[in-house]
Amino acid sequence: MTAVTAPPTDAGSAPPVGHRVSPKQAVLDAGVVAWRNLLSMLRTPEVLVFSSIQPVIFVLMFRFVFGGAITVPGESYVNFLMPGIFIQTVAFGSITTAVGMATDLQGGVIDRFRSLPMARSAVLAGRTIADLVRSVWVVILMFVVGYAVGFRVQTNALAALAAIGVILLFALALAWVFAYVGLMTANPEAAQAAAFPFLAIFVFASSAFVPLDTMPGWLQAFAEHQPVTAAINAARALVLGGPTAEYVIKACLWCVAIIIVFAPLAVHRYRRSS
Amino acid sequence: MGDIVIEAEGLGKDYGDVVALDSVDLQVPYGTVLGLLGPNGAGKTTAVRILTTNLRPSRGCARVLGVDVTENPQAVREQIGLAGQSAAVDDNLTGRENLRLIGYLTHQPRKGVSARADQLLEQFGLTDAANRTAKTYSGGMRRRLDLAASLVHRPPVLFLDEPTTGLDPASRTDLWGVIEELVAGGTTLLLTTQYLEEADRLANRIMVIDGGKTIAEGTPTELKTHFGATVVEITLPAENVERAISLLGPLGATEYLEGTTIGVTVTDAGRGALDVVRTLDREQLVPDRLVVREPSLDDVFLKLTGHRAEDDAEPDTTSSPERGAA
Repeated sequence: MTAVTAPPTDAGSAPPVGHRVSPKQAVLDAGVVAWRNLLSMLRTPEVLVFSSIQPVIFVLMFRFVFGGAITVPGESYVNFLMPGIFIQTVAFGSITTAVGMATDLQGGVIDRFRSLPMARSAVLAGRTIADLVRSVWVVILMFVVGYAVGFRVQTNALAALAAIGVILLFALALAWVFAYVGLMTANPEAAQAAAFPFLAIFVFASSAFVPLDTMPGWLQAFAEHQPVTAAINAARALVLGGPTAEYVIKACLWCVAIIIVFAPLAVHRYRRSS
Repeated sequence: MGDIVIEAEGLGKDYGDVVALDSVDLQVPYGTVLGLLGPNGAGKTTAVRILTTNLRPSRGCARVLGVDVTENPQAVREQIGLAGQSAAVDDNLTGRENLRLIGYLTHQPRKGVSARADQLLEQFGLTDAANRTAKTYSGGMRRRLDLAASLVHRPPVLFLDEPTTGLDPASRTDLWGVIEELVAGGTTLLLTTQYLEEADRLANRIMVIDGGKTIAEGTPTELKTHFGATVVEITLPAENVERAISLLGPLGATEYLEGTTIGVTVTDAGRGALDVVRTLDREQLVPDRLVVREPSLDDVFLKLTGHRAEDDAEPDTTSSPERGAA
């Protein structure tokens, strides 16, 4: 074997000594990637539409177009609707996670990142952090729009904050699902096509817009036992009152289960998709 | 010869039953350029991805500056720069932001990041476009920015995967100049390309790979003399074509190219071409057009592998099908 040594002149520092990225550095790296993703989102019209304009349209449409025809027992429709809209909005917004991930993979950005001495965790962590920040913005926007069209929290500020907590936890869970979808498809259009119908089924066949008992039995069975309904019921209970603990626990269990399944899948896929 | 900076022994990668890279040995001495030349799907990108720690090899080993790429990838990453064939810049960030991003992610001192970005923008002629998002850049500007991004942390070892694929000739020449400056400054470079011309201009040594195997290696001149062939293309009035073919036959293999154009492959480049011209002159066969074509990648490939290097080797190729396959 040929003698291998570091080049003799100004080829950088001394021969490299092996080391790993420190936890502090890993956090900083994730922050840098999150900054980059947020900046990128702000400059992507589709993302702004998904995160801002579309949810506003949904609120106005359900409130004023369908709202008159839908009555829910014991509650004004707008109060019933808004928790559903919160969850629906973060759910559809998570498509941008898949699209962003697939774009990075396809465009070679991930390859570039992998060749840098940065923390391996930073790409996925930065992606989910940025998406969480986006979700915070969306939820605030929805609260404001909701208030403008007559939505009122029936419980208290603390419960409302807890509702936001549940919504963001659900958003975080979905970010892992769709990071995985983005890595699997590795193509932005395909990621979008794969994500949308799947999400639409879960969002519309849920308690988001109408009470479940208005659906046929077979659909009720599905709608009642799926995570979107669980998250909506928890958020709804927290802002409207009534029995709450069971719904919140169920929603949290769903979110944790989703993260337990999809975070390792995404991490594994990210490592392997090289 | 100086020390070996990039080294691989028996390097290979399989995807299931598909052998993307069979077994490649290579050595790149300090401050030199190795050109990996081959068609799409030859295994060039696979080799680069292993050497840049993006992919684990199925067999063999590779070292960069003496450090094993699988045993200590993190240490390797600190010493290398990679510019891939798809120009991995973020379209939604400005030129300056793209470079600052890499500065932070390569853990440069925070204070120096902006200054380094500005310095590179200046060096690559992008200062005027520094605050525009990369999606407004031309193909050539994107490649320059991508190359600049690979240099942010001043890596002594650089990997360029088809750096000029899809560029127009002017941008290509431009980028070649930049790469030559880097090498003159002591950077060790491994370059993949589909273009013989590019390898010829930039590489000290060329390795031709096809189907995951090394099929030839040498300096550009060695390869061309051994495997290339000079072709004289002659376009004649239709009535003279048959006669020209029979007269020129003894000078080299003749073939119909298209219309009334024939090609004569001569072995002894300069003298062979001269003989063709003399014969035409003596017989008063005046061609409408006469071109002496130097050995091309296609010729070398045809000679080495018995098949053509695909029509993908056209300079206007903008897609990069190899990514998917490799």
